Amino acid sequence: MNIFVCVKQVPDTETKVTPTSDGSFIETSSIKWIMNPYDEFAVEQALLIKQSNSAANVTVLRVGSVKDTEALRTAMAMGADDAALVEAADNLDSYSIAKALKGAIEKTGKKPDLILAGKQAIDDDALQVPQVLAEMLGLPSVSVIVGFELAGNNVKVKREVEGGALEVYELSTPCVLACNKGLNTPRYASLPGIMKAKKKPMAQYSLGDVGVSEADRRVKYSQFRLPPEKPPGKKFDASDAAKQKEVVNQVVGLLRTEAKVI
Amino acid sequence: MANVLVFTELHDGHVKPVTLEILGKLSGQNADVAVIGDIDASQVAELAKYGAQSVHKLKGANLEKYSPEGYSNSLAEFIKSKSYDYVFAGATSMGKDLLPRLATKFDAGLASDVVNFIFEGGSFAGTRPLFAGKCLAKVELAGPKPHFISIRPNALGMTANPTAGAGACADTNVNAGNIRATIKEIVKAASTKVDLTEANIIVTGGRAMKGAENFKILEQMADVIGATVGASRAAVDSGFAPHAMQVGQTGKTVAPSLYIACGVSGAIQHLAGMRTSKVIVAINSDPDAPIFTKADYGIVGDLFQIVPIMTEELKKLLGK
Repeated sequence: MNIFVCVKQVPDTETKVTPTSDGSFIETSSIKWIMNPYDEFAVEQALLIKQSNSAANVTVLRVGSVKDTEALRTAMAMGADDAALVEAADNLDSYSIAKALKGAIEKTGKKPDLILAGKQAIDDDALQVPQVLAEMLGLPSVSVIVGFELAGNNVKVKREVEGGALEVYELSTPCVLACNKGLNTPRYASLPGIMKAKKKPMAQYSLGDVGVSEADRRVKYSQFRLPPEKPPGKKFDASDAAKQKEVVNQVVGLLRTEAKVI
Repeated sequence: MANVLVFTELHDGHVKPVTLEILGKLSGQNADVAVIGDIDASQVAELAKYGAQSVHKLKGANLEKYSPEGYSNSLAEFIKSKSYDYVFAGATSMGKDLLPRLATKFDAGLASDVVNFIFEGGSFAGTRPLFAGKCLAKVELAGPKPHFISIRPNALGMTANPTAGAGACADTNVNAGNIRATIKEIVKAASTKVDLTEANIIVTGGRAMKGAENFKILEQMADVIGATVGASRAAVDSGFAPHAMQVGQTGKTVAPSLYIACGVSGAIQHLAGMRTSKVIVAINSDPDAPIFTKADYGIVGDLFQIVPIMTEELKKLLGK
């Protein structure tokens, strides 16, 4: 069984974002890069399948800059078998990334049985790549999954929609699934795992190698800027219990008369 | 003038408010609406009021329930029979799942989760948040048409005086095609409240809530003001609330009229997810909590005392 997991390397959630002076992107020189948090659930799901099916092979794929290869090494340290990296700028659009992933899968010469990814990357928050890749490969897809069962070729997944309601889907492999938090609990890489990961094979391609060019760009970003800062608000001290009622009364009054939201 | 199609999903037979927000903003363009299935005359009238010229009802077998393939095949067939420059939809659970597949059938681009837009010389130019709202950027589309755009609910707002359209209805037969991923069952949510991403008022609890059982004081306040209850990542990771309730960079990005943060310290990834809320109230016992830097109204004090008092005050104000 050939399982492919698509991961992205994104700035850590604690990162303070600073647009570049020309507004073309954000400053990336001092960023701490991590594996996109939603992709960890995809990696973990692949490894859970591998645990009960020793013939399964897990390949992690990433499209992005080679500044550091943290995300792929982490996935291999967790237990993935091999990896492929397509070298590209970190601000590539979803269509180009999906096309590059398709090209990278074809390069391996393996026919995918299951393709897993995070439901969204927390940098551009586009929520597109898994569905676009599925459409390009002519495969069915389900996004935002929080439950997964595999029996032979049959897959049963739970997709989370508005308000936490669940849609239960049944489909067959091959398919593309986009994973959400709640699907599983990602494991930490063990020290032996980290040592072993250094020796695992990692193929490297250019965008040209996988058939992607600048003409594939569909979404263009410019004028990166910080959102407007709000003027400072009003702060009231109600740490003294005697004052609580007065303060709350005042704030509730302001919500009606000044903010006009109640 | 651009030819635009707005896809609307239905919720209990009603078009979603985001559809009307989009139509209002498209004033000056030639806008049609497509819906899968049937809608009644009052809903068509509502769409026409906000500017819909034609309302196309797409009908065919196997379209009773949503499926990524059935819906994208049907819409692609309909769109190919027309000449639209742009296709819009709400960035809802369905819109986010459907539009990437649909756009790829045209090898076309999709601008996701757009919060504002204009047409510059007939071309779409949008604004969207990136890094969960830590920054904004201009977004434009290139490549084959139509171009696709999903719009974040609550972001554009309702147009006060929309220009009405003709609202002519037409049925079109479509083929759902080969559907391999199908919904077998829907498990309803425990709460019947509107989703966080569409809520007008949100009350959120943080780590200082101390336990899942304490969220009931937030539920009580939420019931009084018609709010949906959310949680910070710290509260979710501590097991106080499910991930569906999480607001922030690894949860939901929200933009309600009123956001009341209770015992939320205001980690950068939380602020990113809620900073575009129109009015923010913060209740926290730590006067130096970062949440106060984003709050319009901050109350320094014990949430377990303040929240019940506030619930009572709100009840009085609203005559409940």
